[in-house]
Formats: sequence, C-alpha cells, structure tokens
Amino acid sequence: MPSKYSEINPAWGDRDPVIVGFLCNWCSYRAADLAGISRFSYPTTLRDIRIMCTGRLDPTFVLKALREGADGVLVMGCHPGQCHYESGNYKAMRRMALLRRTLAQLGVDPERVQLGWASAAQGNIFRDTVIRMTDAIVRLGPLDWQANITDSIDDIASHFAHLEADEEVAYGR
Amino acid sequence: MKDTRIGVYVCHCGHNIAGTVDVESVAEWAAGLPGVAVSRDYKFMCSSLGQELVEKDIQELGLTGVVVASCSPHMHEPTFRKACERAGLNAYLFEMANIREHASWVHPNDIERATEKSKALVAAAVSRVAELEPLEPLVAEIKEPTLIVGGGIAGISAALEIADAGHHVYLVEREPSIGGHMAQFDKTFPTLDCSACILTPKMFDVGNHPNITMMTYSEVEQVDGFIGNFTVRIRQKARKVNTDLCTGCGDCWAKCPAKVIDTVFEAGLGYRTAIYRPFPQAVPKYPVIDMESCIYFQKGTCRACEKVCPTGAIDFEQEDETVVVNVGNIILATGVEIFDARRISQYGYGRLPNVFSNLEFERLTNAAGPTGGEVVLRDGVTRPESVAIIHCVGSRDKNYNEYCSAVCCMAALKFSHLVIERTGAEVYSFYIDIRTPMKNYEEFYHRLLEEGVHFVRGRVAEVTDSARTPGEEGKLIVQVEDTLIGKQRRVPVDMVILMNGLEPQSDAKEVANQFGIGCSEAGFYIERHPKLDPVATMTDGVFIAGACQGPKDIPASVAQGAAAAARVLNLIGRGEVEIEPIRASIDEERCSGCRICNNMCPYNAIDYIEDLGVSRVNPALCKGCGTCVAACPSQVISGQHYTFDQLMSQIEGILYDVREGGERVTYAGAEPVEAK
Repeated sequence: MPSKYSEINPAWGDRDPVIVGFLCNWCSYRAADLAGISRFSYPTTLRDIRIMCTGRLDPTFVLKALREGADGVLVMGCHPGQCHYESGNYKAMRRMALLRRTLAQLGVDPERVQLGWASAAQGNIFRDTVIRMTDAIVRLGPLDWQANITDSIDDIASHFAHLEADEEVAYGR
Repeated sequence: MKDTRIGVYVCHCGHNIAGTVDVESVAEWAAGLPGVAVSRDYKFMCSSLGQELVEKDIQELGLTGVVVASCSPHMHEPTFRKACERAGLNAYLFEMANIREHASWVHPNDIERATEKSKALVAAAVSRVAELEPLEPLVAEIKEPTLIVGGGIAGISAALEIADAGHHVYLVEREPSIGGHMAQFDKTFPTLDCSACILTPKMFDVGNHPNITMMTYSEVEQVDGFIGNFTVRIRQKARKVNTDLCTGCGDCWAKCPAKVIDTVFEAGLGYRTAIYRPFPQAVPKYPVIDMESCIYFQKGTCRACEKVCPTGAIDFEQEDETVVVNVGNIILATGVEIFDARRISQYGYGRLPNVFSNLEFERLTNAAGPTGGEVVLRDGVTRPESVAIIHCVGSRDKNYNEYCSAVCCMAALKFSHLVIERTGAEVYSFYIDIRTPMKNYEEFYHRLLEEGVHFVRGRVAEVTDSARTPGEEGKLIVQVEDTLIGKQRRVPVDMVILMNGLEPQSDAKEVANQFGIGCSEAGFYIERHPKLDPVATMTDGVFIAGACQGPKDIPASVAQGAAAAARVLNLIGRGEVEIEPIRASIDEERCSGCRICNNMCPYNAIDYIEDLGVSRVNPALCKGCGTCVAACPSQVISGQHYTFDQLMSQIEGILYDVREGGERVTYAGAEPVEAK
C-alpha cells in the first residue's frame, strides 16, 4: 500500500513530503510551542529550525535545504510591525520575494518556499499554516533538486546577492 | 579533525513524549550518529537525577557537547545549561531538540511518523552541537531606578514595594491623577470595603514617597536599550498649572464657567469644569486645564481661573515637556478599558435612558458620585422598584470577546446587594454561569441568594421599551430564555444594569510594540510562562502586572504588582545580569566596506570606519537579530551561536534521511497508526 499522501498525488509513492521550517525565536517558535501545549495536531511533514529572527534567514539556507532533499521551506516570523528586532521580518519579506523570483527562473515552483506570520499567541495560525503548506507541497509533488537542478547553490546564492545589493541601492533601507 | 564527543539524552517526560514517540528507539538510533559518544533515554531529564546523569557523563566521558531531546528550550534550556556548567562544560555547547511541543503533542495518532520526525530533530541538534563554540555570557549592569507605567492599583502596589525597599521609581500615568478604575468604585467585593478608604491612603503614600517620582498626565514616547539600561522618553503634557505654586485650593474650578460632561471619571453621569481635578482625593492634588473645553483656549477670552488663583499658579503659556529617564527595569501595569455596550444595540444602551453601564452604576452608588450615592433612574429623582442586572455583556460571546472577564459576576452580586440596601427594589440577575472562584466569593453569592435576588439563568436576547401587556407599560422589558425552566420570559423592570466586560486598552498593541513585548490577538500582554512566570515577558527587564495581562480583580492585581516588584528587586539586588552573548561581529580583514550592512541594522549598531574602509559592530548596541549577517554579500559577518556553519550543519542534520546517501523512510500503511 502506498503512503497516505500518494492518494492525493501518486508521485509521492511510498514516501512523505519533507518541509524545513525556519521559525523566529520570539513569535513563530512560541506559536509552535503553543500549538503543542494546546494539542493542535498537524502533519508530521514539518521539521523546524529555530533562528533568532527571520532577518537572520540567509537565502542560502533555503537553497541548502532544497538541495539537501527538502520538498519545501516554510519561513515564519512575527507579524509585520511586531518584529522583536523592529524590522527583521521586513528584510525577510524582501529577501523571500527575490528568492522566489530566482527559484522560478530555475524552474522551481515558488510555492515551495513560503513566508508566514504567527504571534506567540497564535498556535492555531501556526497549525493552519503548516496544514496549508503541506497541502501545497503534496499537490506539487517531490522536488528532487539533485536530479532536476544542475546549478550549484553557490552560483545561485551569488546571483541572489547581486539582486539584493541592487535592491539595496535602489530602495535603501 | 576535532575531537567530538556528544551526549544525547532523550526524555520520556512521563507519558507526554513516550506515549507518542518511541523514545527508546530514538536513543538507540542516535548512538550511531557521527560524533555521538553516549545516548540514553530517561523518564524525566529535568529531574535532579536526570540532570545528574548529564553531569556524570560530562565528567566521566569528557563530553564536548550535549543534546537533550525533550521539551521547548523556552521551558528548560536554562535548566540544562546550568547542569552543563556545573559539570564544567560551557553552557553554549548545549542544544535542545524539542520533541514534545513540536512532535509528541502535535502528532498524537501517528507513533511511527512522530518517532521519525523526532529522529530528524535530534539529528539536527547533534550536527549543530558539533559546530557550536563556547561562549561567555555578556554581563549587563542593572541601573537602580525602575519605570512603572500605569498608576492603577497594580502599578501603585508595585511602586510602593520597590520604593519601600529603598529604590527609586518613576511612575507614569496618562490621566491627571493616579488611582485607576479602583478610584471610581464605591465598594469592593466580597468584603464591601469602601474602595476609596483602602485606596486613597496608598495613593497618598505614592504622592509623598521620597523614592517615587510621580509623572501624571504623562505618556511614554520612546523606549530604547535593554535589561539593566533602558532610556525612556516621557512626554509630560502641559497642565497649564504651575505645580510649584498651586496649593490645590479649588478656587479656580469653583469659578470656571465652562461645564462639560465628565466621560472619564464620572462615566458620563456628571459634569466637570474645564480646569478640573478628577476627584477630591486625586493625587497629585493639582488641577489641569482641558484645552478642548477651556473658553480661553477656544475663544481667546475668559482667564477667570487666572484672576481668582491666589498664588498665580495658572500658566496659559506652559508647554509640554519631554523628560528622559534612565532605568534598569520596566513594569507595565496599563490596565483595561470597559466594553462599550453600544456595540450590542439590542440591549439599548445609549438609546433607552434607564439602561446603565456597570461603570455608571459604580458612580451612582458612590457617596462622592453625582447623585451622592442615591440609586435613581436617569431623571435623577425616581427610585427604581425593580432592577435587572445582565451578566456577560461583551464577554463569553463569540461576536465580541470569547473570554470571561472574571470580575463581573462578583461585581453583579455586589450591585445586587447595593440595590437592595439602598432602594429595597426587586433584583433580577440574568447569568450564564455564576463564577465565584476566590476566597469568600462563593459565600458572598450565598448571602445574595438569602437576600432574595432572583437569579435567572439565560443570556438576555433583548431589552425593549415596547410593552405587550398593560403591566409592561412604562417599563423596560428584559426578554430572555430561562434555560432552567426552558421557557421564554419577559421581565418588566425600571432599571437595567449591563455588566460590561473588560477589554485591553485600545492602544495596547502599540504599547506592546513600543516595549518590545508580545500581545495576544485580543490585546492582553503575554507572560513568559502562563503558570510559572506570570509577570515576566519574553523581553528581559520588562514585566507586566494587573489586568493588562488578562482580566483580573483587585486582589489579583495587587498580588501581581507585588510579584513584579519582587522580580525587579531581585535584579536590583544582584546589581548585574547575564545576557545571551548572541552578537554579530565583522571580520575586518575580509570586509570589503560595501556598507550594505550599515543600513540593515535596526539599532544603528554598525559604524563605517572611514580610515580603514571597513564596517564595525558596536556590541553594546547590537541585539543579535542577525539581519546584517544574512545580508553580507561577502559572508564576513558572523552571528554568534547562529553562525553560517552552525545553521548549514543543522540543515544537513535535519535532512539526514533524505540527503544524498541518507535512507529516506518509507511508509507502507495508508492510514496513520493509532496511538496506544
């Protein structure tokens, strides 16, 4: 019998999707804690990594995760305007927009990389986001970066750095 | 190749983790991970025996890193860091894998997958620990003064505790007087103490305390800094009265010709003048001029107050003043607002004259209130013969606020008693549940049952003045389904009191942002831990007390004020505090001086050194968010404890099974396995 996800998309065969999450220490990680405390259940597809702020999210991390076998990456921070470090989530917003554009150029569906928000009091929103992200990835099917994408992540990262530097010069802070 | 010996400890947490995750197999499997010297599972890792297990292994096996797979690091990271330190291992060579909140509790019906996910989280922690570097915490000096925002009973109680212990307090209050909501009440439940009699001595103490600088009619404009050293800018609004000269004699407001409805202190039931003191026992005793209603400020002539003032204290030219204070800790005690019952139009508040809000009724029963304590209808003379009290207005209601406001049941019982005592009227109390959980509260409820209050169980549908029978003529009719007898009832009464719930201050979210603390969807401030750390916040040095954290009554607010004060006194007593050494630093040898990072920093902590052509981080200003680290195109900024290598290694670990060479787990079963 196949994996439960292959009933929706046969491409999954007998394996599950893997999503790497980057959660900020102050809001989203705590939202995930609250989801646990509240016993909200969600799919086992998400594996999370704690960072202090989504502003710390180097786009290379996302590329690395996709290259190492993740089918999607979910980045979650504090709501816009409520960043613990004032504006880190705005930086993440801009970087993620550029990264999604870069990924699209490589033939990776930008839906595989998503940005979301949950405050420390929103365990339910955290759960809902993981469920929605999982649904999207299940529909898209496995990524298999290593088989499908030949560019090295260093090349992509350097392309990205140029994009961001241009943006920086154009819009300032 | 560096010498890596990592200890992995997988916690059962009783049944909390072990019920959903096969902890033994996780521990057994982890023993085979690269760099792991020992891997164990144990019932309760946070117990003293669990901690000793870690300490013993560090010493006997010479571990270079420790991973505990248990609960959230927000719960027990400090516990295990201390254990590592006791055994001589640097606290920053420790990492937690959160397999409880992020695995066992959220994947209850799928042991197989929850176990596999736990393995990935453990693998991530192990590969991260292999890259961690020892760090020394930064030490911050704690400045002695404390800022308290909000002069209600919670703020007053905190201020007095700290000031009595001999330390300086700045108490900032938005209104012209401290006292908060409690100053408006006549009686307090369940003892029926006179509210003013127990509050005003405390207000007086605050006003005269040598260690308290009271800043009323003031608001915090800006907060900078971190625990131990906050710089706070406070705007003192112009009173237009020179407090050095004013004696509070009252000649000015006696002669002021401008009368306006007092919507704040008298809840709209009474009048005040343009120059006014909110209430007779106000602290400080000085009046303020409300420029909106002052004839001189609106029309350019009058100045009656100036003419009668015997000390020449009126100063129409006075401007707002900005004061900057330096404090070590902050307590927010900003309180609550009362739900506006106009939002529930079927209850008729604001449309039917004899529907009163709870705050209006407080003023009505107050001996110092607009009626001198007479319970009368809106005409000011008629005593009601029957009174309806409607509970849960705006509370426990999905359309408004889902939460229980906690104080209204007891306040409604207090009102019932006062109505009976003052008027002898029949009282109908319409409730969903009567909630009397604290000391002597249930006894008070029984007393009211004996006093003859008619308790009707059911949420009121409507309050109307359209009579259906002659008996209802001229009355307010309360339409309700009495759920105990299962019938619709119409109860005609003379007066209706709405028990409006408590809501966060309308600017609670902005204030939370200003002080860098979390705020729930509704707007109540989030405590560090709901059970074990109720007055601290996620931001070190910022504490919360009273109803701004969630609805609570006077005793609970007083207790929280004192609790927050105790936390602050603890820090002042220590004189310094260790803070996380998570900071950015720039490798100047490799910095190209592009200055992209300069603008990234929200704290302006990065300076460009012209002479050297490089950027440099000021560690005193850096808070360690890592935004500059991620932005550096040359990757020469390092974020301590979250370095590039550490995170890359963690990503490899978390994908250990799907990476090249990893063996991806496959699932044969179409349906998740049921939990045991």
